[in-house]
Amino acid sequence: MKGKIVRVAGPLVIARGIPGAKMYDVVRVGNAGLVGEIIELKGDEASIQVYENTSGIGPGEPVITTGAPLSVELGPGLLTSIFDGIQRPLDVMREKVGDFITRGLDIPPLSREKKWDFEPAVKEGEEIGEGDILGEVQETKYIRHRILVPPGIKGKVRKIRGGSFTIEEEIAVIKTDDGKETSLTMLQKWPVRRPRPFKKKLPPEKILITGQRVIDAFFPLAKGGTACVPGPFGSGKTVLQHQLAKWSDAHIIIYIGCGERGNEMASVLLEFPELEDPYTGEPLINRTVLIANTSNMPVAAREASIYTGVTIAEYFRDMGYNVAVMADSTSRWAEALREISGRLEEMPGEEGYPAYLPQRVAEFYERAGRVICIGKDGREGTLSIIGAVSPPGGDLSDPVVQATLKVVKVFWSLEDWLAYRRHFPAINWLTSYSLYVENLESYLKKEIAEDWLNLRKEALKILEKEADLQEIVRLVGVESLSPKDRLLLETARSIREDFLHQNAFDPVDTYSPLKKQYLMLKIVLEFHHQLIKLLEEGKDIQDLLSHPLREEIARMRYVKNEDEKTLSDLLERVRKIGEVAHV
Amino acid sequence: MFKEYLTVREISGPLVLVEEVEGVKYDELIEITAPDGSLRRGRVLEVHEDKALVQLFEGATGIDIYRTRVRFLGRGIEIGLSLDMLGRVFDGMGRVRDDGPPIIPEITLDINGSPINPYSRDYPSEFIQTGISAIDGLNTLVRGQKLPIFSGSGLPHARVAAQIVRQAKVLGKEEKFAVVFAGMGITFEEADFFLKSFEKGVALSRTVVFLNLADDPSIERIATPRVALTCAEYLAFYKDMHVLVILLDMTNYCEALREISAARKEVPGRRGYPGYMYTDLASIYERAGRIKGKKGSITQMPILTMPEDDKTHPIPDLTGYITEGQIILSRSLHRKGIYPPIDVLPSLSRLKDRGIGKGKTREDHADLFNQLFSAYAHGKEVQELAVILGEESLSELDRIYYKFAEIFEEVYVNQGEYEERSIEETLDLGWKLLTLLPQSELKRVRPEFIEKYLPKEKFTPERGG
Repeated sequence: MKGKIVRVAGPLVIARGIPGAKMYDVVRVGNAGLVGEIIELKGDEASIQVYENTSGIGPGEPVITTGAPLSVELGPGLLTSIFDGIQRPLDVMREKVGDFITRGLDIPPLSREKKWDFEPAVKEGEEIGEGDILGEVQETKYIRHRILVPPGIKGKVRKIRGGSFTIEEEIAVIKTDDGKETSLTMLQKWPVRRPRPFKKKLPPEKILITGQRVIDAFFPLAKGGTACVPGPFGSGKTVLQHQLAKWSDAHIIIYIGCGERGNEMASVLLEFPELEDPYTGEPLINRTVLIANTSNMPVAAREASIYTGVTIAEYFRDMGYNVAVMADSTSRWAEALREISGRLEEMPGEEGYPAYLPQRVAEFYERAGRVICIGKDGREGTLSIIGAVSPPGGDLSDPVVQATLKVVKVFWSLEDWLAYRRHFPAINWLTSYSLYVENLESYLKKEIAEDWLNLRKEALKILEKEADLQEIVRLVGVESLSPKDRLLLETARSIREDFLHQNAFDPVDTYSPLKKQYLMLKIVLEFHHQLIKLLEEGKDIQDLLSHPLREEIARMRYVKNEDEKTLSDLLERVRKIGEVAHV
Repeated sequence: MFKEYLTVREISGPLVLVEEVEGVKYDELIEITAPDGSLRRGRVLEVHEDKALVQLFEGATGIDIYRTRVRFLGRGIEIGLSLDMLGRVFDGMGRVRDDGPPIIPEITLDINGSPINPYSRDYPSEFIQTGISAIDGLNTLVRGQKLPIFSGSGLPHARVAAQIVRQAKVLGKEEKFAVVFAGMGITFEEADFFLKSFEKGVALSRTVVFLNLADDPSIERIATPRVALTCAEYLAFYKDMHVLVILLDMTNYCEALREISAARKEVPGRRGYPGYMYTDLASIYERAGRIKGKKGSITQMPILTMPEDDKTHPIPDLTGYITEGQIILSRSLHRKGIYPPIDVLPSLSRLKDRGIGKGKTREDHADLFNQLFSAYAHGKEVQELAVILGEESLSELDRIYYKFAEIFEEVYVNQGEYEERSIEETLDLGWKLLTLLPQSELKRVRPEFIEKYLPKEKFTPERGG
């Protein structure tokens, strides 16, 4: 029994008479066996969004359901992989069919041949339940891949064995309470549209260190938090996403290239094996999973790609890791939704987007969080999501931006005028915000310095004041300002140019540890205080504006990260400029 | 033989509805014989049971409901390719347009191509010297990049493009290269200008030209860039050539896309353009690049005219989101008589970082670039300020920047249409300009480079040049 195609319109296929058709089941479409998903059922007719190019498919061709929803394979071998939107391994695809993407391929996401050394963590006869650690595999040098008891399984370990196995070989047998025996392998599957379960959600409390000064110092993201990066083209969204993927202190990074440029994925593939993870010294690729569905790949698979990515992220979170997901760009995902919705002839909402867009966006970001994982050891895992948004013309009233801002807690507003001035990262310090500062307060005070948040507050205040003063300067000229205000303008400039501006392509400046960030900001502000004091003592403003220490402050960024002494010394000298001036 | 249908039911604009068909596939190529015997082509946009909605490529004039015959060809739109195409001129669908003999194809390929597997892509990193300072120095082009020119009506984009075609080269290498030119909806004069300039510079024998002129059917334009890119892929990936593709003018292409979308009564997106325009444009632009293990490459330079010079218009906006940067031409520079009128500040080449520096251009390139850029940006800001406050109210330092921005435009951006500057000349010129600023302002260049490259003498621009 097979269904039959009645209509083909781009990525949407309508078929009739598929036996046992259920919503969101994966089907094989046409003689070519294209992968699709049922997204609407009307009587006997099923609407199918097809994840591959439908050219050459026509009415009368068969449709077979697989009876299962769109799922990802989870198990050892995920790290260092590159998948398309529905988790087909692109490297294996290249080996099999060459340099161009072909349709109807059926390649398993994870290698069936590769053997992994499994070390059991439980003994025969032990009682175990869902989420408990069955054993571990050293997947890459620093990542131990924990094999967990799949959700819904509980009982006594009948059999468990260590050694070298493929992901399909039996590693354990569990006798469940009703007397049935379940065989477990290292390979598990999970439907992408269903969030994986956890025991309890907690508010985030630790900072996700990114090494980017404007983010860590001004608009920090918490581990388990959500952030969005909207900006017009050319404002540096992708460079920022790459920076975060490189330097975030997460254990695992899932990078989703959703409807973006092919060469960008090529650059990730080129750089990540070369770059060192600053926390372990290992190549960055060893903690990374890449999902690449570039803009010229089928549009429906773009819709699936962010779910594929976030499900893999949840899987690692459940092992007790800190995971960060970068989705670039969620606008392309929303456009895929719009395109499918349009073909289904649904009533459009704003800008042609379907009315359920905000709901889908919220559901996606809600999969982030800091949780107590299932399993009896009560381990904690976090999942942070950073989504780029590409609003048309940089217009923030775009429905995707608005729907995203409603749910995320951190907003890094990228602006093209900053990019034109080559101020990178082009994050606007006046309009961006982070709602995590309070959550992080006690942690930051303990880990960095008591006065860290005060410095932040003061710096932001100076920048705010600068914006006001600039209005005046524009009208009447800089000469009309009081010397104190002119000093403030100069300090604001210093905060912007010497602290906030960061060169992603400089080997040292690309990443600043928190301690260095603290010292840099401290120096800038201390310098300001000292100069104000000198000014009050009657020193000439021109001399203060061209103080020789400015030169050194401007070069702070190039001081090696491990060299704290140079900056501490500079701070000392800044503190003493008053005394020197008296001599 | 293919079955012929006489069951055309509806004709509206470029769309034809054929009924009682059998075995028709989505995206299939069709041939229509009009009552007068003329042959048209089209493709299937949608099939619903025994009805096929067909989009014509050549306009519906002369087609009727009763006598028109339709054949479904069972394949996509294909083009026959051969090396003999070099030096020839074709129409927008790839048929011979000049007086030469027909092409005997070596291989036939579907014009839609297939997406390059991102894993197979080789990252573009070879510097292309265009001989234009504003591009080489500040918005460096690399092989395999897609870098569009955003222009406006009346701006000299055609001259800039022609100059790039004439001068573009990869230093220190003698390799096979070719130019594929696709003209969409351009006028005869524009087309003629390009053909003449090809004759002068790169011998016409290295060029393949596809022309869909302004008076050719607009819907044929949907196929033109795809035909051209299929030809480029053949030259690059089958024949190991480095291909530069010029697409002029993408605005006309997008308008044709809108025309079809409107005829299908689809829900329009911004400014009436279809919601899937991003995806559609991506399927064209993403066909640039390099592939690991293959010698050839495709570099794309699409040109588009921004309606009302508006960068946020959907066409430049979506293009900018897909391409790897953009070169923006400025009307105010053009009015000042500066050629090429490249507006340096909003222009950008995203791939330049791997194409510049030691071993590619010169070690000081990145620092110099940052310094020139920020100095010019500051100078432009000061100029704006001076408009409000008057030049007198500027501080001394600001006045220096004011001057710098002026000289930068006149000396660095401005150059002759036939002037080819080597990268060394471009970089040295940049350093010369930096002598106009106090040395304490050069914060973005490393001290060792200042030592090595900054001329000791202050630069004095020649006036009236």
